[in-house]
Amino acid sequence: MEFAELIKTPRVDNVVLHRPFYPAVEGTLCLTGHHLILSSRQDNTEELWLLHSNIDAIDKRFVGPLGTIIIKCKDFRIIQLDIPGMEECLNIASSIEALSTLDSITLMYPFFYRPMFEVIEDGWHSFLPEQEFELYSSATSEWRLSYVNKEFAVCPSYPPIVIVPKAIDDEALRKVATFRHGGRFPVLSYYHKKNGMVIMRSGQPLTGTNGRRCKEDEKLINATLRAGKRGYIIDTRPLNVAQQARAKGGGFEQEAHYPQWRRIHKSIERYHILQESLIKLVEACNDQTHNMDRWLSRLEASNWLTHIKEILTTACLAAQCLDREGASILIHGTEGTDSTLQVTSLAQIILEPRSRTIRGFEALIEREWLQAGHPFQQRCAQSAYCNSKQKWESPVFLLFLDSVWQILRQFPCSFEFNENLLIMLFEHAYASQFGTFLGNNESERCKLKLQQKTMSLWSWVNRPSELSKFTNPLFEANNLVIWPSVAPQSLQLWEGIFLRWNRSSKYLDEAYEEMVNIIEYNKELQAKVNILRRQLAELETEDGMQESP
Amino acid sequence: MEHIRTPKVENVRLVDRISSKKAALGTLYLTATHVIFVENAPDTRKETWILHSQISTIEKQATTATGCPLLIRCKNFQLLQLIIPQERDCHDVYISLIRLARPVKYEELYCFSFNPKLDREEREQGWMLIDLSEEYKRMGLPNNYWQLSDVNRDYRVCDSYPTELYVPKTATAHIIVGSSKFRSRRRFPALSYYHKDNHVSICRSSQPLSGFSARCLEDEQMLQAIRKASPGSDFIYVVDTRPKLNAMANRAAGKGYENEDNYSNIKFQFIGIENIHVMRNSLQKMLEVCELKSPSMSDFLWGLENSGWLRHIKAIMDAGIFIAKAVSEEGASVLVHCSDGWDRTAQVCSVASLLLDPHYRTLKGFMVLIEKDWISFGHKFNHRYGNLDGDPKEISPVIDQFIECVWQLMEQFPCAFEFNERFLIHIQHHIYSCQFGNFLCNSQKERQELKIQERTYSLWAHLWKNRGDYLNPLFRDDPSQTQGTLHLPTTPCNFMYKFWSGMYNRFEKGLQPRQSVTDYLMAVKEETQQLEEELEALEERLEKIQKVQLNRTQVKSKQSEPSRHSVFSTSDNSTANTPQDYSGNMKSFPSRSPSQGDEDSALILTQDNLKSSDPDLSANSDQESGVEDLSCRSPSGGECVPSEDSGKDRDSDEAVFLTA
Repeated sequence: MEFAELIKTPRVDNVVLHRPFYPAVEGTLCLTGHHLILSSRQDNTEELWLLHSNIDAIDKRFVGPLGTIIIKCKDFRIIQLDIPGMEECLNIASSIEALSTLDSITLMYPFFYRPMFEVIEDGWHSFLPEQEFELYSSATSEWRLSYVNKEFAVCPSYPPIVIVPKAIDDEALRKVATFRHGGRFPVLSYYHKKNGMVIMRSGQPLTGTNGRRCKEDEKLINATLRAGKRGYIIDTRPLNVAQQARAKGGGFEQEAHYPQWRRIHKSIERYHILQESLIKLVEACNDQTHNMDRWLSRLEASNWLTHIKEILTTACLAAQCLDREGASILIHGTEGTDSTLQVTSLAQIILEPRSRTIRGFEALIEREWLQAGHPFQQRCAQSAYCNSKQKWESPVFLLFLDSVWQILRQFPCSFEFNENLLIMLFEHAYASQFGTFLGNNESERCKLKLQQKTMSLWSWVNRPSELSKFTNPLFEANNLVIWPSVAPQSLQLWEGIFLRWNRSSKYLDEAYEEMVNIIEYNKELQAKVNILRRQLAELETEDGMQESP
Repeated sequence: MEHIRTPKVENVRLVDRISSKKAALGTLYLTATHVIFVENAPDTRKETWILHSQISTIEKQATTATGCPLLIRCKNFQLLQLIIPQERDCHDVYISLIRLARPVKYEELYCFSFNPKLDREEREQGWMLIDLSEEYKRMGLPNNYWQLSDVNRDYRVCDSYPTELYVPKTATAHIIVGSSKFRSRRRFPALSYYHKDNHVSICRSSQPLSGFSARCLEDEQMLQAIRKASPGSDFIYVVDTRPKLNAMANRAAGKGYENEDNYSNIKFQFIGIENIHVMRNSLQKMLEVCELKSPSMSDFLWGLENSGWLRHIKAIMDAGIFIAKAVSEEGASVLVHCSDGWDRTAQVCSVASLLLDPHYRTLKGFMVLIEKDWISFGHKFNHRYGNLDGDPKEISPVIDQFIECVWQLMEQFPCAFEFNERFLIHIQHHIYSCQFGNFLCNSQKERQELKIQERTYSLWAHLWKNRGDYLNPLFRDDPSQTQGTLHLPTTPCNFMYKFWSGMYNRFEKGLQPRQSVTDYLMAVKEETQQLEEELEALEERLEKIQKVQLNRTQVKSKQSEPSRHSVFSTSDNSTANTPQDYSGNMKSFPSRSPSQGDEDSALILTQDNLKSSDPDLSANSDQESGVEDLSCRSPSGGECVPSEDSGKDRDSDEAVFLTA
């Protein structure tokens, strides 16, 4: 195996592992192609089982012959290994460095992972676009499935199947694709059954400086409007950014050509600005030395919560236009693969009760993130500790998960899933044994043959034993629209992610356990009472029959 | 009543804080005890009741085309903006309220007219609910080292102390009196808490009058007596809760702090908690942040930071933690003081007690704690909370800070407290409401002279009666959280202290989580209890029927018929029910399932939906009381609870999204 060349020292004894809130453990460190494993001498238990791909950065230190490696993980955990012997330590460090930054996707762990569990349902087939469409087709006949992108030729970042207005044929779609960034012509994101209005998403229109227009594009989006009704275009960029985009061939929909649409500009940040925000936030959370005042100003300076507020506000605005104003909406930023997806998916969390169930939320991730072409491979290549600072690295998906957590916190009984599901998704987006988050879009995933060669995350999650961990005991189906508050007082730091390794969660875990106990006991009693009632009823009917003649 | 220039103004508008476009039209009433705003909207006729004693400031703003705005800020953090059409009416209301909000005699306060329709016996029993002699007994006192002293009988030594005080047995009256003369306002060292696990005590006093060099033999003997009263330790801590600079400045005025050289075996420690003026300004700044209209995240965090509020909370907590650790881990007794020993000392002693002793984390224990460290030891409630018109520089949110410390602890130890957040909020409310006599005056002596117990009612009895509303469903008898000392991490984790929006923005329901886990779990628990009862009844009945059937096979007895019949009909009902219907059957679960029909009621378990039993506040409890004063407008009086309908929340959110 090629990995053998990278592993200079496969095994070191007497390594001491330091983790926050655990006593130090001495044991044997082993390196495999994909894992770093530490097993303690005493009871032969594995204390640490870390995916190389989870390692974001490492630091080395030497004090005499004792080397120390500090491993900073993409899930923000920091651990320390004390390794006797300078050579061993250097070998281990360089091996880890090499193994955690493999170039080829096909060398990643998902291609080697063999599941130890029985696959009940193949997650690769759990959420097919056709099935999603069926959910709508009972309510409307104004939409159709289009296979125009079957070969990924019209839009490389779209899936082969998309939902478009019935009135628009594939030929028109091809034309529209040339007018939208990345070929991302407007497609259906969400159909609001209550009033038949929709959310569509796309890339920016390529108007350029000379105000190019595209009749088919206008026709396409107008097809979603009712006679005499106006729609909203939500551009996630501020007006000046959208204007500047024209110089590079991009732009925005001009009133003259889209008279039935009102354009609203928001300002959701992108790319490295978000990555820097994350780096600052994690730095602040890990710094235990500062006083109270500096903590708040560092939290503020990270701007993380400002981004959350902006994203949530835009999603609420979209939901409000749809549900309250009864207007259809088109959402885009520049490429339509980042802020656009944050907004369309959060709007659905607010509007659509199904997306607040476990299954529905998975379908949402699949539809609005994976198939919609959010470039996970690029965005989640590195996390908060890496210095590489590539433009395409950005915690867009984490911001979405954080926003969902904010809504969950405000409506703790309206979600079928709990915080653990969100944390799990964050972890797997950055490092995973499953193939789900590999690649940047469906086209790449197809080429990688992920369906054949790797296991889907959903195959694992959707087994009853796993599901129970992610189920919110407080859930009571709530069929209503849930309007979160976006005031600063209502938004909080997501401790479950950002302070996860910096504080003991013992008491909070106990509280959660207690909550589960209270509800389980109640259910148990309810079942018992029902059985007894039935018994009693049966006895009494028997009784009555005996007596009736 | 002579202060009311105009009892009623019509066509007043109550402006919604969040979306200023929206305002409710209604009528404003001034009564002897309340400001009441009744909305015109015929279907709701929503009422807003504000006790005069809750009014903190009244501000008349510049007249606009629509009328004359009046801003009323309340001590329970409610904020009311009224627009009164006529300048003259506005002025009359303003002048009336200025006077009504600042009574000059205790007799003007609400508790002297508040009549919850209890007879004398019930009232007396109410006052006996919390008994400090019982509490000292619970601590294991008196014992070989500590005794009840009568040195302060008739308040002869210190008029701001209670008469019942525990002191070391070896401290003679001579020593106590001598020591008291060397302490500010004669507040000599006395026992606050006794940790019977290891016989260690927390004592409290005021600062010594040491100046630059003065010393006092009796005071030194007093501290030695405290040390000797815990034989396991060879030193005591003396904790001065002031910043060192403040304490040093006090020396110039002949006051100051203990010189370690003069006292045998003390370890002296400063813990810098700022004084009441700094705290008052800090709260003021924080409230300005809370009042901002659609602030950005940065505005909010910067404002919060600049207010320094959470830093002060942390300082108080740190002091409490230091003392709790000294007591539980080092086994050393602690003497705590600040300047007069009635503000910071009260905060710190009560936080330490709360950390050390699980009893104080129960409903009743918490009442005892406030009774002990605050009421009996002469915390100046009247001055600090401005019940009577007085020096505004005396006002400071001292006990508010303590209450917030408790909340911060509840957030970190969710299973450790028997009570919930609502309990804290209601106590805070009533400290200012003057509806009950507990927090009147500045000392026990004053309260006795005023015959508070004969003329007013006790809050503790009221809270105890409604204790169902205040229970924490997660509270459990588990050694790790409920028993023993709460162990906070030693590393200073600043992120542990959070902004308490449930308190400071509590009248802006739209900002709070829309579903309350506490209420949900309480409803589940209530249902569980009913299920338990039903289960028992069903088992019994099943057994009976089986017996009857057994009998019947032998003898057909007619006696069983009536009972069987009734049994039949109920069970018939129940078989028809699915489990869901079943829970709908039990009327007492207020709202576990969302109201499916109503599109907009996205709120399922907000507090408003529950029958709000107490001061949620201004409306309900005041209404029971308001009966006499307000008979004029009784028709709609009883039933209106200021419930925030979801529609309003939604609209307010809309405003936020659109402006943002």
